[in-house]
Amino acid sequence: MDVFGSFALLLAFVCAAYAFVGGIAAIRTRHPLLVKSTRQAGLATCGLIFLATFSLEYLFFSDNFSVAYVVAHSNRSLSPFYKVAALWSGQEGSLLFWSFLLAVYVFSALLAYRNKNGELMPYVGVVLAGVQIFFLTLNNFVASPFKALGVAGANGAMDLVARGDGNGLNPLLQYPEMVIHPPNLYSGYTGFTIPFAFALGALLARYPGEKWIHLTRKWTMIAWGFQTAGILLGAHWAYAVLGWGGYWAWDPVENASLLPWLTGTAFLHSVMMQEKRGMMKVWNVWLVFCTFLLCILGTFLTRSGVVSSVHAFASSNIGNWFVGFIAIILLVCLTAYFKNRDYLKSENQLDSIVSRESSFLFNNLILLVSCIAVLSGTLFPVFSEWFTGDRISVGTPFFNKVNIPIGLLLLFLTGVGPLLAWRKTSLDSLKRNFGWPLLMGLIAGVIAFPLGVREFYSLICFILCVFVAATITMEFYRGAKVIRARSGASFLASAVDLTMRNTRRYGGYIVHMGMVLIFIGIAGTAFNRDVQKEMQIGSSMQIGPYSLLLQNFDTKQEKNYTAERMIIEVTRNNKPVMMLYPERRIFPANQASGTMVAIYSTLKQDLYVVYAGQSPDTQTPVIHVYLNPLVKCIWFGGVVVVLGTLVALLPNRRAVLVLSAVQEPTRVKSLAGTLTPSPTLREGHD
Amino acid sequence: MQKRAKFGIGIGVIIISLGFLAWMGYGESKTYYHTIAELQTLQGASLSHRMRVGGTVEPGSIHRLSGRVDFVLQGEGKSLPVSYVGSEPLPDTFVDKSQALVEGRPAADGRFVAEHVQAKCASKYEAAPGGTTAPSAGREARTSTM
Repeated sequence: MDVFGSFALLLAFVCAAYAFVGGIAAIRTRHPLLVKSTRQAGLATCGLIFLATFSLEYLFFSDNFSVAYVVAHSNRSLSPFYKVAALWSGQEGSLLFWSFLLAVYVFSALLAYRNKNGELMPYVGVVLAGVQIFFLTLNNFVASPFKALGVAGANGAMDLVARGDGNGLNPLLQYPEMVIHPPNLYSGYTGFTIPFAFALGALLARYPGEKWIHLTRKWTMIAWGFQTAGILLGAHWAYAVLGWGGYWAWDPVENASLLPWLTGTAFLHSVMMQEKRGMMKVWNVWLVFCTFLLCILGTFLTRSGVVSSVHAFASSNIGNWFVGFIAIILLVCLTAYFKNRDYLKSENQLDSIVSRESSFLFNNLILLVSCIAVLSGTLFPVFSEWFTGDRISVGTPFFNKVNIPIGLLLLFLTGVGPLLAWRKTSLDSLKRNFGWPLLMGLIAGVIAFPLGVREFYSLICFILCVFVAATITMEFYRGAKVIRARSGASFLASAVDLTMRNTRRYGGYIVHMGMVLIFIGIAGTAFNRDVQKEMQIGSSMQIGPYSLLLQNFDTKQEKNYTAERMIIEVTRNNKPVMMLYPERRIFPANQASGTMVAIYSTLKQDLYVVYAGQSPDTQTPVIHVYLNPLVKCIWFGGVVVVLGTLVALLPNRRAVLVLSAVQEPTRVKSLAGTLTPSPTLREGHD
Repeated sequence: MQKRAKFGIGIGVIIISLGFLAWMGYGESKTYYHTIAELQTLQGASLSHRMRVGGTVEPGSIHRLSGRVDFVLQGEGKSLPVSYVGSEPLPDTFVDKSQALVEGRPAADGRFVAEHVQAKCASKYEAAPGGTTAPSAGREARTSTM
């Protein structure tokens, strides 16, 4: 099966090369058969990558310990659930997994547009094949996951061997989130390839108008949704597994995932400027180029060891390949831009500082500043070494100092932006739209201050959150009221109807509401508390309203590990709340251990209990307890964001709109004027 | 033209204030990386910098004392005695021969006083002899907090 897999990969490489070279020839000659055959080659590339991925999974499930990658990341007693995840737990497999997810996207795109956009698709196909060639080169010739296990024999030649059992999966990865977090994040990283290919293809083909933006909007949102979910799942994994009480530490790996998210978010907003006002064309093209480059950079940073927090661990030469690839993409993008930039001329100018355009402009500006700050902070050790010879790193204070004000500004714009009119907003409409929300925000601030919210940024954050939530609620309320007056349905049904009529706008509001929840959760960080204590059986400790009593501890033998388990009773005002069982797991296959945090989570706060190990002096267990307010809001907000993204992906319910057009022609005209200025803007048709 | 000036001022104010904050954050958190060999050649003001030093934990050198943990880091043929004084328990991955990164300042007596220790057993996840190195996709266990 390993031979089968590596052969499939090699064949995929050949097919991708044909799709690339043949695609260029097809663009030159415009021969219809050549166009068709290169598309088929693109599809075949994907099919072969699927086969290779499945054969690697097969090797895991059949416990084939003659393959080096399987030996390094699996063992017989590993549960099937984690055998699936073992695929992406190491360098070689995760690169194959990258190719696999990219192939899913490429396959869908090639299939979906096989008879459409005949002028554009050959260019897109070439770009996609180019990206696939790079990853297939890595899969085939640099980091093959199908390498057989060998030992140096007596005569110096390598002998093939098979082992009885594998080394097992890294215990840090043996958690449910680790099975769903990487696929989500990778789907985000790979997904941005599609808008990139369309943008570059359109630029190379001088494809007219905003068509590439309409074509890729859904792809971008899918990628963005996965990226968001992936980042939050990663944060949740760090929170639940690493046992240090937090979820975000500005670690290079975390930053790497945030960077394309920031530019991707900016892109999702700034395309609206192009769609509605024909502005920012150059900007949009470059945003999508940068997003893709940052995706590749992120993939590179996580596996090259260039800025690994423990820089001595770097032991891979794969980085050079990535640097080369990034340089090539940059060169291609720059060439395409300078050759065809006249086709990206803006059609309009900014009219007023209080307008939708300017809110998008500022949104983009600060997202980009944030991205640059995070990027430079992450790469600071590398650059400082180049320029000064000293390797200097910056830490959490640097990132927080810049990004907290940026986050708050963005939050403010989230509330203000969508309600500003295009071109210019009158003072009157400002009062009408923002009077109540502003008042509610201030009232919330006045209530929160005496309740102990004294930290400056947190207070501002809570005020802004209430303000934004109020503006969003008002938007739903106003729209639903109009529908209700006409249909007589309940408010809830009217709000649902409203959402379905313009899924993009109201889905967007739902995403914003989710972000508000996430911000509330982050603002809670300012009030985290923690206590650490050595505890004997029967002793207790107090944090906030909770008392913790160590009742006992025991050892539990599981299939793949042994768990040392603390049995802790939690009480509040002498009433039992629940039992918590923080653990340490010892994995005999690789003699590693991991913590299992016990969390009692309520909407108000998380009680987060870690069995931190035994005290070196007395051998008594050390328990570290954190009280983290409002953390649940973050995870809940993440769910809302993903739901909102899904809503925005739905096609508009259009029959109702046509029906109302017959009844109320005047109203629909105004609606059409504000919402659908161009026929291409309508969703669900592309 | 006046509109442009307004936008220019708005953008300028945002960028300058964020730049200022970034500079403050940089001053507060900058940490120098040094190898063990470099550390022994440092003199004067650079000895008072906050720094990070990486190395391998010398087998048998971990001594848990009350209030601190002493161990010896090795690298490039040199060794560095370290006292860890942080309040967090050491990570699970911190054992003999693990690769560790300590963060803190050198003391006058030549010991390195660490406030944070990160560790990773790189060797544990490697393939069998002859196989390729496969660093884990996970992050280092950490003792630092946000």
